[in-house]
Amino acid sequence: MTAPPLIEVDGLRIDLDDGSRRTAAVEGVSFRIDRGETFGLVGESGCGKSISALALIGLLRRPLSIGAGAIRFDGREIQGLPAAEQRALRGNRIAMIFQEPMTALNPVSPIGRQIAEMFVLHQGKSWREADRLAVEALASVRVPAPERRVKDYPHQLSGGMRQRVMIAIALACGPDLLIADEPTTALDVTVQAEIIELMRNLCAERGTAILMISHDLGLVANVCRRVAVMYAGRIVEERGSDALFRASAHPYTKGLVDSLPRLGTRAALGRSKLKEIAGVVPAIADFPAGCRFNPRCMQATEICRSTAPETTRLGDGGLVRCHHHA
Amino acid sequence: MHDAAHGSADDVILRVEDLAVHYPIGGGLRGGGRRLLRAVDGVDLELKRGECLGLVGESGCGKSTVALSILGLQTPTRGRIVLDGQVVTGGQSLDRMALARIVQIVFQDPYASLNPRQSVRRTLEAPLRLHGMTAKSEIDGRIEAMLSHVGLRPEQAGRYPHEFSGGQRQRIGIARALILNPRIVICDEPVSALDVSIRAQIINLLLELKETLGLSYIMISHDLGVVEHMSDRVAVMYLGRIVESGDWREIFERPAHPYTQTLISAIPDPLRRAPLATTRGEPPSPLNPPDGCAFNPRCRHAEAVCRRAPAPSLDVRPDGHAVRCWRADEIAGQTVAEPSAAFNGSS
Ligand SMILES: Nc1ncnc2c1ncn2[C@@H]1O[C@H](COP(=O)(O)OP(=O)(O)O)[C@@H](O)[C@H]1O
Ligand SMILES: Nc1ncnc2c1ncn2[C@@H]1O[C@H](COP(=O)(O)OP(=O)(O)O)[C@@H](O)[C@H]1O
Ligand code: SF4
Ligand SMILES: [Mg+2]
Ligand SMILES: [Mg+2]
Repeated sequence: MTAPPLIEVDGLRIDLDDGSRRTAAVEGVSFRIDRGETFGLVGESGCGKSISALALIGLLRRPLSIGAGAIRFDGREIQGLPAAEQRALRGNRIAMIFQEPMTALNPVSPIGRQIAEMFVLHQGKSWREADRLAVEALASVRVPAPERRVKDYPHQLSGGMRQRVMIAIALACGPDLLIADEPTTALDVTVQAEIIELMRNLCAERGTAILMISHDLGLVANVCRRVAVMYAGRIVEERGSDALFRASAHPYTKGLVDSLPRLGTRAALGRSKLKEIAGVVPAIADFPAGCRFNPRCMQATEICRSTAPETTRLGDGGLVRCHHHA
Repeated sequence: MHDAAHGSADDVILRVEDLAVHYPIGGGLRGGGRRLLRAVDGVDLELKRGECLGLVGESGCGKSTVALSILGLQTPTRGRIVLDGQVVTGGQSLDRMALARIVQIVFQDPYASLNPRQSVRRTLEAPLRLHGMTAKSEIDGRIEAMLSHVGLRPEQAGRYPHEFSGGQRQRIGIARALILNPRIVICDEPVSALDVSIRAQIINLLLELKETLGLSYIMISHDLGVVEHMSDRVAVMYLGRIVESGDWREIFERPAHPYTQTLISAIPDPLRRAPLATTRGEPPSPLNPPDGCAFNPRCRHAEAVCRRAPAPSLDVRPDGHAVRCWRADEIAGQTVAEPSAAFNGSS
């Protein structure tokens, strides 16, 4: 028997309850991530990436809740687990970093203390031992002069340094999965470049799987082996990352890739008008019937307006949700 | 230093000469300790009529301060700004009103920069009235024409900002910038806050308006793909100074300054995996700039000459490509990131 995937999401639906009405913000979301694998979730703001991640680690709060589906970690269903076990799972085996580290860090506690706490709480180390490990952890994320820096408070650090501290905290207990939700969106591209390389090198060394969430196609392509594209609460395409961007099967993916002013294009091909995707991303209350991309899709026909497409498996093992996929 | 050789005087619609903006910082109750933050420290720029000049650099390098100075919203510590032949800095400066008819700005976040309690009509009408337009028919006609220019429908004029999507709000921001018929528009990160699928719409619109209305742009963006697509010339800023400038093709195909090379290779491309980081660390504080070349603590090519005063000067080549680097001649043309280079990390 083959080992179960590290994490498996099966038919996830997330309901948004506004008091009078319950609507599905996310629907039919399924994917799996193997040990040590890098998996990307890409899509525009509001398509449901962050709430899917929160659902994965049991942190959805009202008005959002899991309406259907199963989430299995290491073969074990984790939704029904008691709160204490879920917490332990979050500290030890699944870690998460966010766009704005300031909201996740405690402003009145030195950063060394916050890293050390992970070792005390989750690995039962003494504070003395934990303090030593905290210095090592800071050094591993290449914070200069870590022995001195452990005494700094979050506000004394730059955005890039804070994100390094977050990575140190996240990886402290050697988790199996790191969820990184727009981890570099607030940073300059130069600092982003360093953080991304740090993250993928550390995870590769330690065999930590990555679920990378971003609106930036280029970033996801550079970090992840497999990528799922979300649109309006559904995964519309999931492929190996090369195939996804070079030979997109879904009109939305293709539209996104084609709309980018990619560096080097003008020098190679001259300047032409960028390809536009007409219209706007719909709000949850306005999700159209049928395929949710149909009002913006050049290929849409009658069936797209009436019937939501099922997921089709492609020759290369990828998945696509489109009646007229390439 | 401002290359007089390039472009005859009337070609140039905007000239920034040795612009400096220094902010006094601290000082507090104990006295002393008052220091100068050199946000902009000797910038020369030239914008030709009908041209798009890209201005790039990491956050904090002084791009917006340059923009605010040109708009007359920030008093320079030193230097001159000449707009359409008129000096706008110092004693003989144009008044705010006259300036507003020549140069306008489009901001990054259209939501934060629009008054939520003002309908689109009010937003567009206010500057017209302020500038002496009173006839209702004239105002209505102008607003209607402007809305159609930016791709909105006339009947949307009565609506409020929250009733629009992000992309439409940026269209309103563009309409507001253009309503007084300015000659120059400064776009400060105009698509950074927008959905990826909407960016192409706004970029196309900006380029189209530039042609139909004969505008000149200063395009500030950290997205070098956008800058390459839109710009005729590009200026790269680091710690308050221009470190490289030139024709867009020169900058992107033969970047000569190590900092420009770093910026270009840091952009992740969906169709190409490559190492992204070619430099270490973050920009130094403008309160405490390093000796010698400001980029030396992060530069892969730094040698002894780079680490001591004086700083390299901006060396203008015959083709107009200007570079501020001691070693530019030795390192120019080196490939920045090998497209096929080993890709460590992901499985
Ligand atoms: N606490 C909340 N209450 C109501 N709606 C929410 C809440 N959190 C998220 N949403 C909605 O759920 C949808 C998906 O949000 P999110 O997962 O944050 O998107 P993204 O893909 O940008 O991460 C959005 O329409 C958002 O407005
Ligand atoms: N009003 C101000 N007072 C003091 N410092 C300022 C002020 N405005 C900007 N700065 C500083 O000046 C530098 C340049 O800022 P800015 O022009 O906004 O950069 P950019 O637009 O390139 O991000 C930064 O170090 C910033 O902190
Ligand atoms: S002058 Fe020296 S430190 Fe500065 S960019 Fe050139 S090589 Fe690097
Ligand atoms: Mg999000
Ligand atoms: Mg700025």
